[in-house]
Amino acid sequence: MKLTDVISKISLKLIFTVGIVTIAILGVHSFLSIKAQRNELLSQAEIYANKLSETIRNSTHLSMLENRSDQTHHIINTIAQEPGIREIRIFNKEGSIIFSSQKEFIGQMVDKNAESCYACHTANEPLEKLPMEERMRIYDSPQDSSRILGIINPIYNEPSCWEADCHVHPAEQKVLGVLDVKLSLKDVDTQIANSEFRSIMLAVIAIALLSLIIGIFVRKWIEKPVNELVNATEQVGTGNLNYLIKDLGSDELGLLAKSFNNMTRKLSEARTQLFQSDKMASLGRLAAGVAHEINNPLTGVLTYSSFLLKRTQNNPELNEDLKVIVRETKRSREIVKSLLDFSRQSVPKKHDAEINEIISNALSVVDNQLSLKQIKLEKNLDSALPKITVDSNQMQQVFINLLVNAADAIGEKGGMIKISSSLISLSPYGIAHIKTAVCPKRHDLTENEIRIDGMPTIKVKVKSNGNEGFIHLDPVYGKHRHQYNIEITDRKKIHVSCPRCNISLMEEDFICPDCGSTVYNFEVPPQGFFESCTNPACKWQRWNAIDEAGERNYVKLKVSDNGSSIPADDLPKIFEPFFSTKGQKGTGLGLAVIWGIIDNHDGMINVESEIGKGTTFTIHLPVKV
Amino acid sequence: MIDDEQVILDAVHKIASADGLKVDPVLNAEKALEKLSNNKYSLILCDIMMTGIDGFKFLEELYKKKIKTPVIMITGYSTVENAVKSLVNGAIDFIPKPFTFEEISSAINRGLRFSRLQKNISQGKNKSESVTYVPCPPKYKRLGNISWMNLESEGIAGVGSTDLFLEIINEVLKVELLELEDDIIQGNVCARFETDDSLIHNFLAPLSGRIIERNNKLLSNPKLLEKDPYFEGWLYKVIPSDVEYEEKYLVPCSSDRM
Repeated sequence: MKLTDVISKISLKLIFTVGIVTIAILGVHSFLSIKAQRNELLSQAEIYANKLSETIRNSTHLSMLENRSDQTHHIINTIAQEPGIREIRIFNKEGSIIFSSQKEFIGQMVDKNAESCYACHTANEPLEKLPMEERMRIYDSPQDSSRILGIINPIYNEPSCWEADCHVHPAEQKVLGVLDVKLSLKDVDTQIANSEFRSIMLAVIAIALLSLIIGIFVRKWIEKPVNELVNATEQVGTGNLNYLIKDLGSDELGLLAKSFNNMTRKLSEARTQLFQSDKMASLGRLAAGVAHEINNPLTGVLTYSSFLLKRTQNNPELNEDLKVIVRETKRSREIVKSLLDFSRQSVPKKHDAEINEIISNALSVVDNQLSLKQIKLEKNLDSALPKITVDSNQMQQVFINLLVNAADAIGEKGGMIKISSSLISLSPYGIAHIKTAVCPKRHDLTENEIRIDGMPTIKVKVKSNGNEGFIHLDPVYGKHRHQYNIEITDRKKIHVSCPRCNISLMEEDFICPDCGSTVYNFEVPPQGFFESCTNPACKWQRWNAIDEAGERNYVKLKVSDNGSSIPADDLPKIFEPFFSTKGQKGTGLGLAVIWGIIDNHDGMINVESEIGKGTTFTIHLPVKV
Repeated sequence: MIDDEQVILDAVHKIASADGLKVDPVLNAEKALEKLSNNKYSLILCDIMMTGIDGFKFLEELYKKKIKTPVIMITGYSTVENAVKSLVNGAIDFIPKPFTFEEISSAINRGLRFSRLQKNISQGKNKSESVTYVPCPPKYKRLGNISWMNLESEGIAGVGSTDLFLEIINEVLKVELLELEDDIIQGNVCARFETDDSLIHNFLAPLSGRIIERNNKLLSNPKLLEKDPYFEGWLYKVIPSDVEYEEKYLVPCSSDRM
């Protein structure tokens, strides 16, 4: 899958989710508010209709009593001219339309099932009294699409009616007729429709805006950093460990980028150390080969010349010249020998030594050179350092080389070199490693065939639920890069034994303090027993001898100068053999040799360089327990 | 004389001939083994790094064929450790290339002396006549037949010359020692003995370490060396640097008495 797919999927998912939520919220909100608005508008319309109806009844009351139908017509027609009024009509109890604002309907009969009638006539016996809300009805206009609000107002019989001169109405009638007012709801409906439209528009605009904003921010805050991260991963994948992700801020992705950079830096350092080992080994082979090849011709020169020297003792002139040849050939022999010493072919001859003394010796060698170049020296040596086991010659070589390099970096303009020594502790957890392991019958458990990080693993036999297989344990204490070639299904029933003699390695009467599973152990001579939990998911391990020894002490040595810095591009390469920044002046062997020496002493060397500040070499050498 | 380099063969040939010795130079070990089955030699000089049969295999072949002729190994500095190993495998001495006329000459001299001594011991069962040598004390360990070392108290080791080595050189007139605080390296020169036949013999260190004491009496009285090589005639006291590793190239003197 391509990166763009992932990104667009994140955006799409976000937009889709947020869109749905927005629609739901806006939908519910609109629905409720439109409903409220509709009710409000309708009730206003109803009140208006009711008042209008009452007004018409009251206005026509007198003309009715006087039986002046033309006046009644006039009143009804006048009022009906008000906009929004569809029709005003009065019909009698039989349903005959007596008055109407629309003249063509006068005299027609109203169907009892018509909208105006069914409020009273739904029951078999017509009602004589109607509550207010039942007098209203809303129905669709038969002519057009608008709705109509109708209100009927029964005209009750009263003494003045039957006592009037016209004698139209007998006294026993209760309801004389009905005033029916029809109002168009077109305005109300338009308003409601507008509200609905506005709500929908709002939702659409909101979703569009949100999508846009989400899109932009996803792009800015997620897509770009993720792109950068993926790009970096690809770079690292292809082996470019110097690739650094630029600062991505301090959010989670920024932190990820920082930890990614940290990881690649660590990887790069580890790789450099690995490369160095490899290169130094090749260089050693090369030097050995060269030395062997040169030795033969040198032997010819040396034997013949020394033989001649002996035979020409009576010829002082010749003798002197031959002495020079012999002397110089012997010098060549020493050069070849020191080349071999340099290239680690010579095993370091270690003994307990005061590192400060070695530093002082090295300083006395370069002292003259430093003062000539007007370089100030700042010594900060911890006088309470324990003795460490080193090859003092090689170590002195290291300091001389570092000091000369520092002086070269400072150049002719003068400067400052600082050299310091101190004692620090580093935890053994994740560093200490099992070199030998035996079962109670003294069978060797180390497995050279399968290695983790180049170190032989510890092989134990495992039985679990009838399955039988092996685990190759990570020899580094506290790192859990074990290799299982057995599937463990039941974590409760694991039995560990020696692969050679099958003797049980299980510990009795002891369970893992972390997870309660069983525990197995084996001896790591001469460093006591190593214990480990059988549960593959549990990381409990215990190596008492190492734990009791506590953190391991290292002597930390620093040589810094304030001269010209090493370009960042060159930093990873400076420990490589034949890499030199000094052009014709250097051989490119100095730092490679230093690296080899420190590596041979189980130590570590790092370099830091900053433009304008100079360069610092830091060496850690282990203090023997 | 076995070496795959003609110039070395020529040089050794010339030097040995000048001393009145007969030299049979061969370019490889295969040919050498062929010749050994037909002829008798007093001494073999053999390079270690050769194509085909190398110096180690050559020593093995000699052992299999029960050829007792003493062998001096010749090797480059790059393989001093190998050379030390060859002493365990039966070589009597070794000499690192490039060597001077004096170095090869004295080594050949010692080799021939050794050869003669060996012959005397095996033939002359009439013990009275043959000169025998004093083996080193059982606690000691030795590097070939050259030097011994003895682990004393508190991680200090004594270093000296075996009686056999002194037996195959002439009377020592002058002893040249290294300085205090100097480092000695197993298989490398750590002293020089000048004998009355004006040869200078390189003395190889049995182990590596730093010199903390040296027997200055030897400088004024070199005879002490021959008088009591295992006690009063010691050369150095050293702090060993890696005795566990180097011990495997040393022969325990207790095995000499079996």
